[in-house]
Amino acid sequence: MKVTIDGISIEVPDGTSILNAARMIGGDIVPPAMCYYSKLQGSGGKCRTCLVKVSKGSEKDPRPMPKLVASCRTTVMDGMEVQNITSPEVVEARKGIVEMLLLNHPLDCPICDQAGECDLQNLGFEHGAAKTRYEFDRRTFEKIDIGDKIQLHMTRCILCYRCVFTADQITDHRIHGILNRGDHSEISTYIHAAVDNDFSGNVIDVCPVGALTDKTFRFKNRVWFTKPVDAHRDCDHEKCNGKVTLWYKGEDVLRVTARKDVYGEVEEFICNTCRFDKKKTSDWVIEGPRKISHHSVISSNHYETLIPLPVVKTNPLLVEANKEQFERQTRL
Amino acid sequence: MEQLTNRRKVIESKPLNFLERAYLPAILSGLRITGKHFFRKSVTIQYPEQKREFSENFRGQHSLKRDEEGRERCTACGLCALSCPAEAITMIAAERQKGEEHLYREEKYAAVYEINMLRCIFCGLCEEACPKEAIYLDGDIVPSSFTRKDFIYGKDKLVEKPLNQ
Repeated sequence: MKVTIDGISIEVPDGTSILNAARMIGGDIVPPAMCYYSKLQGSGGKCRTCLVKVSKGSEKDPRPMPKLVASCRTTVMDGMEVQNITSPEVVEARKGIVEMLLLNHPLDCPICDQAGECDLQNLGFEHGAAKTRYEFDRRTFEKIDIGDKIQLHMTRCILCYRCVFTADQITDHRIHGILNRGDHSEISTYIHAAVDNDFSGNVIDVCPVGALTDKTFRFKNRVWFTKPVDAHRDCDHEKCNGKVTLWYKGEDVLRVTARKDVYGEVEEFICNTCRFDKKKTSDWVIEGPRKISHHSVISSNHYETLIPLPVVKTNPLLVEANKEQFERQTRL
Repeated sequence: MEQLTNRRKVIESKPLNFLERAYLPAILSGLRITGKHFFRKSVTIQYPEQKREFSENFRGQHSLKRDEEGRERCTACGLCALSCPAEAITMIAAERQKGEEHLYREEKYAAVYEINMLRCIFCGLCEEACPKEAIYLDGDIVPSSFTRKDFIYGKDKLVEKPLNQ
C-alpha cells in the first residue's frame, strides 16, 4: 500500500492506520494524539486531535473524503493522499479541538505534577489559542484515591479512556471504568474500590494529562528539576522486565516511571513494586542518562549539543563569531 | 606596537618653570581648590538613614505577595527557579492541609522558599515568569552583612507582612 502524507510517500502494510503510517515517516508531519496509544488495543477515536484531511481517497476512488478524519482510526488505502500540517483546514480544526479539550480543563499547571511532561500542555502550546471563549464555570470534582499510591483528579481528565483500556487489558478483571455519559462522564472505580492489581500503576503513565498522578511523587518536585536516568533490575514479577526511568533529584530517586518513547507512550509496562517500592539507587542497575528532546522543558539548561538561535545561523557576522561553538561536538 | 585607538597622545615632560619651582604658589593653589570643596554640596549621602529616590523600574529585594484575603499567592510551581539565570532560587513544595485555606491560596504551597541574594543578579526574570503574580522585586537594596549565610533569605524575610498588621 502506497500512501502519501504531506507529499512524502511511504509503503505500508495493509491495515495500517494513517497515524501509524505517519509515525513510520516521522518528523513534523505526525499528527498529535491524546487518546490513541499503540500499546492499548481499541484506543483512539476519542479526542479528535489527530484529525487529517484525505485529499484523495485511493487509487481506485480518487474522490476526497468529505470530512476530516481521525487518523488513528482510519486505515490507509492504496494511493491515498493525506494532508496534515500542509492543510490550513486541519490546523484550524486542531486549534478548535484544543480549545474544546481545554473547556473543562483547569488552568492549574503551576500545581499539577504532570506539568512539563503533559501532552495537553504541549498540544495547547503548539496549536491552541491563548484565550478561551468559554464563559461558564468549569466542572469540578473531589479528588479520589485509587488505592494508596494513585490519585485521580477528575477535574483535569479529558476522557481519553486510555486508563480504562489499561485497566481492562493489563489487569485481568475490570475494576475501573467510565460512569455516566456525555458531559457528565467521569473516570471511576466502582464505589471507590481500590485497584490492587500489580500493574495498576501504569494508568499514571498512560494518562496524557495530570488526572492520574503518583501519590508517592505528589508535590515532591517539578519534573524539570529532576534528572531522568535509565535503569533496570531483575523483577520477580513474570510480566515485568524491570526496565524503567528513575527521576533523580540529587542523590534521591523521587519517582520511577516506565520508559516513554517520542510519542509519550511507554515502551514496556512496569509493575507496582518497581514503580512504588524501589526508590533506592542500590535497587537498580544504572544504564545512563535518559535522552530527552530539546523541545522539552525537562532538558532546559542542560543541552548536550549547541542549538543556536535562528538569528545566529542567518547572520554571517554571528556565524563567524560563533565558529568555534558550531564546530564543537559536545558542550563544555 | 600597533595603536589600538587614534586618541593616543604622547606626553612630553617639560622642565618646571620658576613659579612651580618656588613651591608655595603651587601649594596655595592646591589648598584653594580643597577649600572650595568644603562649601560645595556633598555628593554622598548618609545611607541607610538617608535614601535616594529610586527609578520607577528599580529592582530590589524580592517580596512574596499575598492576595486580597491575605493568603500566600506562591504555589511553588518552580517557574521562577527555572527562569533564574543565576540559579539563586530553591523551594520545597508542600500540600495544603484542611484548615489552612486562609493561609495559602492554592492546594500546593512553598514550605521552604529560599533566595540566595549573593547569587541573585536582580534581573527580574522570576517576576516575569511567575504565573501567580506572587513575586515582585519591589523592595530596597539588599542590606550588607558579615557572613554568607545571612544572604540566604527564607520565607521569614521574603513573604509580605499580613494585611492587618
